[in-house]
Amino acid sequence: MSTPRERYVEVGGCRCRVWEMGDGPAVGFIAGFRGTPHWTPFFERLSATHRVIVPSLPGFPGAEAGHRLLDDTTDWIVMTLDLLDATGLTGGDLVAESLGAMLAFEAAAMAPTSVARLVAIGSLGLCDAADPVRNPYQTHMPEIPKLFCSDARAYTQAFASRSHETEELADHEIALYRADEAAARLIWPFADRGLRKRLHRVQAPTLLLWGEKDRIVPPSYAERFAAALAAPTQIEIIPGAGHLATIDAPETVAAAVAEFLKN
Amino acid sequence: MKLCWFHLMPYTDLPEDFTEKHSSVWVDIDPKLFDAVKAHRMYNDFLDELEIAAEAGFDGICVNEHHSNAYGLMPSPNLMAAALARRTRDAALVVMGNSIALYNPPIRVAEEMAMLDVISGGRLVAGFPVGTPFDTCHAYGQNPSTLRERYHEAHDLIMRCWHEDEPFAFHGRFNQQPVVNPWPRPLQKPHPPVWIPGGGSIETWQWCAEMDYVYAYLSYFGYQAGQTTMAGFWDEMERLGKDRNPYRAGFLQFIGVAETEKEAMDLYREPADYFYNRCLHVSPHWSNPPGYTTEATVRSKIISQVQMAALESQRRILETKAKPSFEEMVAKGYVLVGTPDQVAEKLKEVALALNVGQMMVLLQFGNMGKDLVRYNTELFAKEVKPQIEGLFDDEWENRWWPRPLAAAERAEPRECTP
Repeated sequence: MSTPRERYVEVGGCRCRVWEMGDGPAVGFIAGFRGTPHWTPFFERLSATHRVIVPSLPGFPGAEAGHRLLDDTTDWIVMTLDLLDATGLTGGDLVAESLGAMLAFEAAAMAPTSVARLVAIGSLGLCDAADPVRNPYQTHMPEIPKLFCSDARAYTQAFASRSHETEELADHEIALYRADEAAARLIWPFADRGLRKRLHRVQAPTLLLWGEKDRIVPPSYAERFAAALAAPTQIEIIPGAGHLATIDAPETVAAAVAEFLKN
Repeated sequence: MKLCWFHLMPYTDLPEDFTEKHSSVWVDIDPKLFDAVKAHRMYNDFLDELEIAAEAGFDGICVNEHHSNAYGLMPSPNLMAAALARRTRDAALVVMGNSIALYNPPIRVAEEMAMLDVISGGRLVAGFPVGTPFDTCHAYGQNPSTLRERYHEAHDLIMRCWHEDEPFAFHGRFNQQPVVNPWPRPLQKPHPPVWIPGGGSIETWQWCAEMDYVYAYLSYFGYQAGQTTMAGFWDEMERLGKDRNPYRAGFLQFIGVAETEKEAMDLYREPADYFYNRCLHVSPHWSNPPGYTTEATVRSKIISQVQMAALESQRRILETKAKPSFEEMVAKGYVLVGTPDQVAEKLKEVALALNVGQMMVLLQFGNMGKDLVRYNTELFAKEVKPQIEGLFDDEWENRWWPRPLAAAERAEPRECTP
């Protein structure tokens, strides 16, 4: 796989890595659980048609531990808007997955012109007690990867350490642990943080992509988002994919994104 | 050395097939297993047992806080301490303690502990645990990433409640209050001694040293497993230039005494088996909310193979992969059993090796009934305690012990014939 261009931006005093690759129309990507420790096949595929820009959220791999300065949902939304500004993504098209999709919706609801078009993949942010979102951290640790992805090998490729040196291995484990903490900080105890009351403000036409086998947010949530959004929506279910569909089905998701952003 | 009698208040009637039929003793413990009529008797027995310990002459009696937990029936240790404040006279009331991030606003703790201190005539020890992940992040739904920040802010607010002599405004990250002015205020000035129950995290040790608080290592796995942690604690104290005053440290040990070694093995086998093989049936689903453990501790676990191995053996127990026999529990030091002389000798050795002056002993554990608790407690008080209570006192001052009113100044609760 190729190596992306790398730069850094500062958001609220926190240094965040930005990866970039490709020469087509620009599209940003906001990752979900455990972030982006490595460049992925999904980015590779999408960068064939687009200039893919991947900023790391504070607390996630590639960024400093700025999540510990974020105390409530408002702080997270402001950070997301600042990150879009700093990265040059404000007003552009966005692909966002999992927790990242929740933040993209929050940003687009608070500042409707901040996102032009949105592809939201397995978004968190809504919670229906009758069909609850699953808290992956109420799971025996070794079982967690199976909640994130259907394809264990793809998960390993996306998230395992590339080094076997003790110190580097420890650094990598800490980076993933910190990402889990940042995720918990944003959404624990996996309840509705008020997004339902704000979603009607989103103006960006939205493609709701969902892994058919999402074990964190059931695919039925695509309909709930569509019902709460006033903007035009389309729903597409990715066969066989789990929660992190870009890891499980990079080709299919990249094709769906390219198709949606074609015009 | 101070000897404090600790009660966990375990539900004593979990079914024999509990570990096969139920996923966890904690968090999602089956509500249908709770029989309130039986629990009525248990609570009253437990309070009787703490009173028996105070009567027998233990220096302190300890209660603690757990939530949704069948081996710890004390969501509110302060309620238990209140009952004990009226029914005991000299024993320290060691509340080990209140998980202060869970109280909203945290001044509730400053108020209730001040009440306990005033009612008891200044006998309170104020314990401030962070609380386990089971209690805090799952049973109480607290965010694991903000838990410690809330804990420290709550601590600072409570301390200001006890130190300031004017009403004040508090503008924290998580608590904002225009007028903080709790009444009553503690009897001990400026406040009761503070003990911090904790695991083995280096940040907790450093904080205890900085604040001059007692660090109490409350493990269920006894003196052998505790050696690594306590050695780490004392190494850190030395690095920080603190003295080796053993009263800086507390430690918990399960103990069973009897007239003969054989009798002790016979008497304490069942309650130990009940505790270790039934009460510690905790689902691993609840053990690791991210952010609860600090990064430094996570890193040290990854790197330190020694610590890994120690934790691994505890984890095996917690995950009930292996059910230890009573002989193993005794051999590994989870439970210290024997004749009074044997127990005294061993406990002295443990106190010296771990350098612990605030010794907390569990003489009720598992489903041990009141008669056996009384026997264990009274025999320990009569024949073990005199052999070891003088330890450390010629050399060290216990600056972390309550300073109650003189006996003549203390109110006498009226005789009551209900």
